[in-house]
Amino acid sequence: MADVHNIPLTRVGPEGASPALVLAEYDTPAACMHAAEKVRDAGYTHFDVHTPFPVHGMDKAMGLKDSRLGWIVATMAVLGFSTAVGLITWANVISYPFVVGGKPPFSIPSYAPVCFELTVLFSAFGAVFGMLGLNKLPRHNHPIFESDRFRAVTDDKFFVSVECADPKYDETLTRTLLESTKPNHIEIVEDNEP
Amino acid sequence: MSNDGPIQDIGEKHLVVPGTTFRKITEAVSRVTENPAPRGWWIMFLAAVSFTGVLGLAIGYLFFRGVGVWGNNSPVGWAWDITNFVWWVGIGHAGTLISAVLFLFRQKWRTSINRFAEAMTIFAVICALLFPGIHVGRVWHAYYMFPIPNSMSIWPNFKSPLLWDVFAVGTYFTVSTLFWFVGLIPDLATLRDRSVNSVRRMVYGFLSLGWRSSNRHWQNYERAYMILAALSTPLVLSVHSVVSFDFATSVEPGWHTTIFPPYFVAGAIFSGFAMVMTLMLVARVVFKMNDLVTMTHIELMNKIILATGTIVGYAYAMEFFIAWYSGNEYERYVFLNRAFGPYAWAYWTMISCNVISPQLYWFKRLRTNIPLSFVISIFVNIGMWFERFVIIVTSLHRDFIPSSWGYFHPTPTDIAIYMGSLGLFFTLFLLFIRWVPMIAMAELKSVLPEASAHHHAHEDHDHHHAQPAKAE
Repeated sequence: MADVHNIPLTRVGPEGASPALVLAEYDTPAACMHAAEKVRDAGYTHFDVHTPFPVHGMDKAMGLKDSRLGWIVATMAVLGFSTAVGLITWANVISYPFVVGGKPPFSIPSYAPVCFELTVLFSAFGAVFGMLGLNKLPRHNHPIFESDRFRAVTDDKFFVSVECADPKYDETLTRTLLESTKPNHIEIVEDNEP
Repeated sequence: MSNDGPIQDIGEKHLVVPGTTFRKITEAVSRVTENPAPRGWWIMFLAAVSFTGVLGLAIGYLFFRGVGVWGNNSPVGWAWDITNFVWWVGIGHAGTLISAVLFLFRQKWRTSINRFAEAMTIFAVICALLFPGIHVGRVWHAYYMFPIPNSMSIWPNFKSPLLWDVFAVGTYFTVSTLFWFVGLIPDLATLRDRSVNSVRRMVYGFLSLGWRSSNRHWQNYERAYMILAALSTPLVLSVHSVVSFDFATSVEPGWHTTIFPPYFVAGAIFSGFAMVMTLMLVARVVFKMNDLVTMTHIELMNKIILATGTIVGYAYAMEFFIAWYSGNEYERYVFLNRAFGPYAWAYWTMISCNVISPQLYWFKRLRTNIPLSFVISIFVNIGMWFERFVIIVTSLHRDFIPSSWGYFHPTPTDIAIYMGSLGLFFTLFLLFIRWVPMIAMAELKSVLPEASAHHHAHEDHDHHHAQPAKAE
């Protein structure tokens, strides 16, 4: 732990703002994952890991539960299928029954393609907008964007961020914890927004 | 994306040139959108835009005069327009196959090519959708295709395969666009973070939705990506199946056959891979992507072209067999007429391009030969266009009564609209490679050995020097 205090620390953000989060930067996925495990084991809950690509095993290292997206998609699939059945039945059986080619108005085989397509269509909307909803995106104003170093996260750097809103957060203790994971750099990001 | 061990551990080849780092991928891909366009891009872009202008003029003329300016006439009521529609939809299929099916099969080599294959899908489907739209004749009534309540209280016929087509191709376009955009979000964020001027920062920042590479987000993102892949896989098979129903559900010799759905899907994948190959080889040369799109990719793509080309050849043979085996004299006549009648030139062009030319790829020397790959990819594109032409026109041009026999001649407007649709496709594609990351950076990074949390940097560095990259 002799080199702990050699890790540089800077504060970024607008004048007179309050700390929003602490950001530690790493060079490799492994270092970042060990840091995530330490932060998780220390009992933090409002923390996050930022990586240029999804790192296998990181969900476990952070102690995340499985994504709930599948349930949203399943609901949308049922809705899509029901919409198709309702649409076809209303249009060709109830509102405007019309015999074409001697086929009865209610003919199940002819339902198949449109029911399938609308099930897929609704499910895909569920997957994309459900994912954005669960992630609370779009959000263009996050305090983390105050950091210039953080711009490398979409290139080749790996970050752990701990929010100051975390009940376990303490400026000195959190900093010491992150320093023990040997990051390149630590930043305290300040912002006016909560 | 990141779902198992490093590539070398399971005995696969390097997916990119060894020594490629995360930074190198970011640089190589992003700089294309940041540096001024190379001269080759401008030459192709101006040519493509000119053809798009021709498309606009030809469609304007068509709307002004009506569909009589096309060569379609009884008995050939469907001709170039539907040929072009089926051809363009088919080309789109390879993009979905690469992005979804190969994803589900964990074929990680797809990561270098999936982005522009997906873009190709979207642009091909845009070109495809154009044709049914302008084929309705009275285009101001094109909304009749959709189940919209209207003042006449009539609804579309849901028993018609043409209506299924509206749903299938419409869903396909929407889902492909969503899938593509989801894949783009992290890479647009990369461009946002690299941008040096405020316009780029605003535009890419807006489009990347405030993406901050959070692992809590990646978790849902990866799940969404997997679900979209799982949805797109049956979707892509359904789309060309439904397109084939347009023909197969009619009682028309030459069309009324159960082999059509799988045969159309195989042909679609075949033509789409050929188009990906054409575009990839051009983009690789113009933008110097040799380190990311390697000979391994070209060879694997050529193997798929060989496999699907052989399936298509089998389907051609099986159609003939079934025509004979059915004992139906009209069915037999249609096929003999295809191969030896007035359109024999089209039929044998199709056979030469689609069945014979890919067979060269049995030889490793030939499937790793770049100029040959380019030439064969063009042949396959031509051959697949002729396949649709042969199916549509030769089945129609000699109706049951010899007094209803005819020969289809395309008019200049037919040709101009087809050439114009190529112009539209290439215009969109060139704009895409200029302004959007053409290789999926985040995905490509995730398949580097360095992307694993269990990777040991120094050991692997030595390993790279001991075993330099080879094509195989």
